[in-house]
Amino acid sequence: MVSTTLARPAATPAGAQITVEGVSHAFDRPQGGPLPVLDDIHIDIQPGEFVALLGPSGCGKSSLLRLVAGLEAAGAGSIRQDGHPILQPDPSRVVVFQDPTLYPWRTVWQNVALGLQARGELARKRDRVDQALARVGLSEFAQSYPHQLSGGMAQRAALARALVNDPGLLILDEPLGKLDSLTRLAMQTELVALWQRAGLSVLMVTHDVEEALFMAQRVLVMGPRPARVIAELVVDRPYPRHRGDEALATLRRDALRHLGLDASW
Amino acid sequence: MSHLSSPLVPALAGAGAAADPAVTHAPVAPPAVTHSAVADPDVRPRRRALPVWWTGVLAASAWALFGLLTWRLPNVELGFNEWTFTTELGVAALLLAATLLWLAATLPALAGVWARAARVQAGLRHASPWLTVLPLLLAAWELLTAKLAWLPAPFFAPPQSLIEVYSSDYARLIECAGHSLLLLSTGVAVGALAGFLTGVWIGWSRSAGYWIHPVLRFLGPIPSTALLPMAFFLAPSSWSAAAFLIALATGFPVTVLTWSGVASVNKQYYDVARTLGASAWFLVWRVAVPAALPQVFVGLFMGLGASFSVLVAAEMMGVKAGLGWYLTWAQGWASYTNMFAALFVMAALFSGVITALFAVRDRALAWQKGTLQW
Repeated sequence: MVSTTLARPAATPAGAQITVEGVSHAFDRPQGGPLPVLDDIHIDIQPGEFVALLGPSGCGKSSLLRLVAGLEAAGAGSIRQDGHPILQPDPSRVVVFQDPTLYPWRTVWQNVALGLQARGELARKRDRVDQALARVGLSEFAQSYPHQLSGGMAQRAALARALVNDPGLLILDEPLGKLDSLTRLAMQTELVALWQRAGLSVLMVTHDVEEALFMAQRVLVMGPRPARVIAELVVDRPYPRHRGDEALATLRRDALRHLGLDASW
Repeated sequence: MSHLSSPLVPALAGAGAAADPAVTHAPVAPPAVTHSAVADPDVRPRRRALPVWWTGVLAASAWALFGLLTWRLPNVELGFNEWTFTTELGVAALLLAATLLWLAATLPALAGVWARAARVQAGLRHASPWLTVLPLLLAAWELLTAKLAWLPAPFFAPPQSLIEVYSSDYARLIECAGHSLLLLSTGVAVGALAGFLTGVWIGWSRSAGYWIHPVLRFLGPIPSTALLPMAFFLAPSSWSAAAFLIALATGFPVTVLTWSGVASVNKQYYDVARTLGASAWFLVWRVAVPAALPQVFVGLFMGLGASFSVLVAAEMMGVKAGLGWYLTWAQGWASYTNMFAALFVMAALFSGVITALFAVRDRALAWQKGTLQW
């Protein structure tokens, strides 16, 4: 499966279809028994779709991403990619975390090459690393070390490290959460452009209502822990979107109402 | 004295004003003052003097002072033969002073046209405070021993007596240094490798940690020197016993720090590599080990320090070769000068080994430059 994913030409990779069915999950705690974090979650992501999970911090959104990535096994329910159950991590589903988590002992180039090197493909695909760096506009910084990058550049490097593997699904765990607000706005636009060009599916977690509505095609609002999907907002607006769009403002009010925060509106 | 030392202060400002009080009244000090009076050519707009390396002139004066003092001042008569190499040392110091003076006069002009001279000059400028203080310390040492005999003669020897030891006993000293180095490097190499592998293993494997960690906690703190007597009668030879204990002394800190380094690796580093398709082997050698490497080097430095003391103790107690053996041998013959000479060789050897490890670390951890203060 990996080889077919990689054999596809880079220009037209099809996004993965992800089905989350009846997933519940709990954390083991040393004291107090298991802590339920996810309760009967159902999500369906179509190939090439951009879905955002919106919810208060600590509600279990990030746990769901770890399950979809295959980093942990779900307590109950099933998660499938193109019909096959997800049992372990796979380079066809790549995660970009809130922290760039670049390896400080590797140059930017070597960080981006990580996945290819781990699978023994680096010798054949060195040019792919250069392409990925060019795609996120970091070609000049290939030989820099991560501590020499700004926050936004580091996150772009992390994005290149993910994209070089031609994933079918990009999992974004609050990827812009730690950036300053101006960089954040610029990166939102860049991410949408990258997604549109690559044609992959995206599952993004965020607690920023405007970010979710500005970027995603569908926003799933999640309730407090144990989290379940309490509302689905379809953002049927064309890209590139405008932040001042009336339709987005209406959707924003809806989202806040579902989160119980509409009193301040 | 006070009226003399106050004009000296500006002259010594570049040298940290660290001159020994014992030599501020020395006869050659006034020339240094004369130099300092013209020490600022840039503030004199009228005369465009040739550039001169002024702290070099200061260092040259200090070496000249030491040379003259050694050469011209008579040694205190002692019951036994005269200190040899007194004249040679004095003349050598004067030659060094002359060289420095020549460099001070020519180097700044050369540096303007020749890049290599500029680099030499930068290095010398950096060293010039030491180049000034060192001869003053040597002069104090010379005064306290050979010239005034305030420190009793058989126990304290003047600098020139070290030259005598090195010229007469160099073969044995080199042989001893070689023996020490061989024993040390064998023990340290085995200990560092075993400690590193054990540390990675218990940092990675939960069950290995369960069994090895308590043993390490309990037995690790025993100083290896405490095991010397036991090792000497258990091991086939005193040399292998010493090598084993040096390995043990090196291995313990390397193990503990490698283990804690591997155990404290950011868990997200593993998540990233796993989602990109990394194998367990890749996670250990390409993620855990590089991330733990700064800690491993801390362990190596600690282990190396411990290995020196085990080495010397083992050579003093049972191994019939090496610098530690030389020390006890010299003490047994009451030849204290040989002892001091061996101590200097030991200092050079051990600090050389440490410097080599620093060089290796600087290469291996070059990526840390800019994230840490070195």
